[in-house]
Amino acid sequence: MTSAVVMTGISKAFGGVKALENVDFEVFPGEVHALLGGNGAGKSTILKVLNGVHKPDSGTIMVGGAPLTTHTPEAARAAGIAMNFQEMSLIPTLTVAQNIFLTREARTLRGFIDDADSERKAAEIFAMLEVKVDPKALVGSLGAGQKQLTEIAKAISQTSKVLILDEPSTALAVSDVERLFTFLRKLKAQGVAIIYVSHRMDEIARIADRATILRDGRHVVTAPMADLPIDVMIEHIVGKRSKGLADVARGDALRGEVLLEVRDLSGAHKPHNVSFTLHRGEVLGLAGLLGSGRSALARVIAGVEPAVSGEIRIKGQPVTIRNPSDAISAGVALVPEARATQGIIPAHSVTTNMVLAVLDRISDKGIVDRQKAKVITDDMIQRLQIKTASRDHAVSTLSGGNQQKVVIGKWLATDPDILVLDEPTAGIDIGSKSEIIRLVRDLAAQGKGIVMISSELSELLTACDRILVMADGRAHQMIDRATLDDLTEPDPGHRLQAAERQLQIEIQKALSAEMAQTQEVSHG
Amino acid sequence: MANAVPTPLGGFFTNWRQNIIYIGFVLIFVVFALTLSQKGFLNPTNLLNIIRQTAMIAVMAVAMTFVLASGEIDLSIGAVAGLATVTVAMAIAVAGPVAGVLAGIATGIAVGCFNGFLTTKVGIPSFLTTLAMMGIAKGVAMWMSSTAAVPILSPNYSWLFGGGSIGPIPVLLFWMLVAGAIGHFVLRRTGFGRRVLATGGGETAARYSGIDTAGIKFKVLVLSSTAAAIAGMLYAGRLQSGRFQLGEGDELSVIAAAVLGGTSLFGGKGTVVGTIVGALMIGLINNGLILMGLEFSQQLIARGAIIILAVALSQKKA
Repeated sequence: MTSAVVMTGISKAFGGVKALENVDFEVFPGEVHALLGGNGAGKSTILKVLNGVHKPDSGTIMVGGAPLTTHTPEAARAAGIAMNFQEMSLIPTLTVAQNIFLTREARTLRGFIDDADSERKAAEIFAMLEVKVDPKALVGSLGAGQKQLTEIAKAISQTSKVLILDEPSTALAVSDVERLFTFLRKLKAQGVAIIYVSHRMDEIARIADRATILRDGRHVVTAPMADLPIDVMIEHIVGKRSKGLADVARGDALRGEVLLEVRDLSGAHKPHNVSFTLHRGEVLGLAGLLGSGRSALARVIAGVEPAVSGEIRIKGQPVTIRNPSDAISAGVALVPEARATQGIIPAHSVTTNMVLAVLDRISDKGIVDRQKAKVITDDMIQRLQIKTASRDHAVSTLSGGNQQKVVIGKWLATDPDILVLDEPTAGIDIGSKSEIIRLVRDLAAQGKGIVMISSELSELLTACDRILVMADGRAHQMIDRATLDDLTEPDPGHRLQAAERQLQIEIQKALSAEMAQTQEVSHG
Repeated sequence: MANAVPTPLGGFFTNWRQNIIYIGFVLIFVVFALTLSQKGFLNPTNLLNIIRQTAMIAVMAVAMTFVLASGEIDLSIGAVAGLATVTVAMAIAVAGPVAGVLAGIATGIAVGCFNGFLTTKVGIPSFLTTLAMMGIAKGVAMWMSSTAAVPILSPNYSWLFGGGSIGPIPVLLFWMLVAGAIGHFVLRRTGFGRRVLATGGGETAARYSGIDTAGIKFKVLVLSSTAAAIAGMLYAGRLQSGRFQLGEGDELSVIAAAVLGGTSLFGGKGTVVGTIVGALMIGLINNGLILMGLEFSQQLIARGAIIILAVALSQKKA
């Protein structure tokens, strides 16, 4: 039997960071093949290589026995590969049906586009999945879940030999996932090869035949699901951590007064009724999968999104935070997730970026005092140990880790009591990661209260004193970091690894609990 | 998502912001008809004159709808129209009307390919490419014609391209209707049109969906220059000469017509029918303001104010 996909020796680097190193990946026709790995493991990259979005630096790709030499989305589609892109392939100004059949529109006999027919076909797909999405609605007006369904419909509407589903279930209810699986089993019986990416282990166990696990851009294992019970999967995904993180001393935080108290806080969509307290000198981690509401919670606290109900108290005083400047004056600073678009102005100098949030304070009658700007910048460069040729160099010339320090410095300049860090180490090489984590610990020791979001559990475990586990917008459990440590384990690397497995299990538990509840509601 | 399906007419008024151009057009027409009927506004000759003055803008605006919908812009069209009047007139003088038509079309395609190449291959934003091309095209036209008018002595050419009429109906009306009809069908009902809207609506998403977005942008820029050349040919026919000044400044009216018609400057949205009505509305306003006896300075101010009002009303409030 010819394999549906054979990728051999695939390597891909982005500006010096190796995303994939010599990875082999093979998928048979008529199987559901799970692709697993932590954040930054290279799952998305290898799928984008297969789908023609990225060109591999080296390696070969065979699809259905024929080599794939042109690396464009068109060529991949012509070879029979279809993929959903987690909302990235939808055009907001077109309707659902127009998006699903983009470039494959239904035609009238004369060859003109027949939108009414596309709408009928789209309605059929949604009917088969038993979900409600209006084919005539503009995609830009849809919520995240509906967009996700549109993406899935778009992928499965293509007659393909290889169907790639990248986290299709993040926005789906349990019952919808079940219907998707029924459909996938049908496709499987027709000989379609299905590559399925998910962080939900229980789902993988139900639908997949085999699994391939990647870690840090390398292939770890490919095996039938029977040989991969959940704990073994997690062990492969987590792997043996490099020493860098385990070396960071957490020290005993001197917990001071309560800085931030959140009571039953809800946002427009997420979070739902979240409560917690944050003390001076403490790092609180928010753990959960994509869509768990971690970032939404951070945005509500920092005033980027409005709170719908609930209360925020800072140093015991109730505060109203309607926008980011309210938050800044209340002493809350958010270091946002997307560094390049939300955090820095890459073409501007380190100084310009650093004083951006405090321009008013260092200006006199509208004129910026350059001496003050220099003092602030030099102070931050020294305090955060930012490696830059000079304070006048453009931030774009700095490494990712040092750019992130500039963002953190920018917010520290506002002298906040509470610092909210959303994925502070995303896209940063491993060496700089531990440096950022160390910095987070230092800031806490200096008396700040820190809320940190990270998809990399090892980082949360290294940085945080307490971890709030979230799923589907709700807070599930507050875990004291110390309780995750197995004190009988002498090697700090192993101890961190064990703690990560433990936390991984708690996150999956929270997810199952959330699902069970949804199911109960939908059945009741 | 179980919204009640609105009746067609109910939809028209609940989405009044979207349809403001049609409502505004009718409103302005009625106001002018009531206040200016003494001055001959409703006179068929006057109404046909509006068509004559609008046709070239409309032809270019149809193509501009594609350019804007794809997320690009073309500022060179006025100058290209002027250049085409010169190349057409000179080619007719040397080799006859057929050669003239071919020369005009070739001018448009050549400029469009140049614009497209610079924008999609070299990577200069179309705003800058076409801004520079505006000067180049005008300069070439001045240099070729030594800044003098080039007469066109072919009556057949002049009749077909803008000068003639069938009974009372000016040939220009047919040019406008044909351009509008083809543009409407291509944008709404062909794969090319859908790809144009997709490219402007979300370029990354379009690329991921297998659309050659650079190719689409190249094509719309060629389309735009070619339409500009055709508009130039109409100017040349109507005025029986080629002059570099013809079409000067038209790009602003053309962009205004498309935006009034609901086309987004940011790409992804646009209708050709709206654009045609937008062009007619600008012609209508110009005509009415002249009949009112306003001075040119007052006309400019009033026209600007009406355009701002119409576009402001069409903006969706957050």
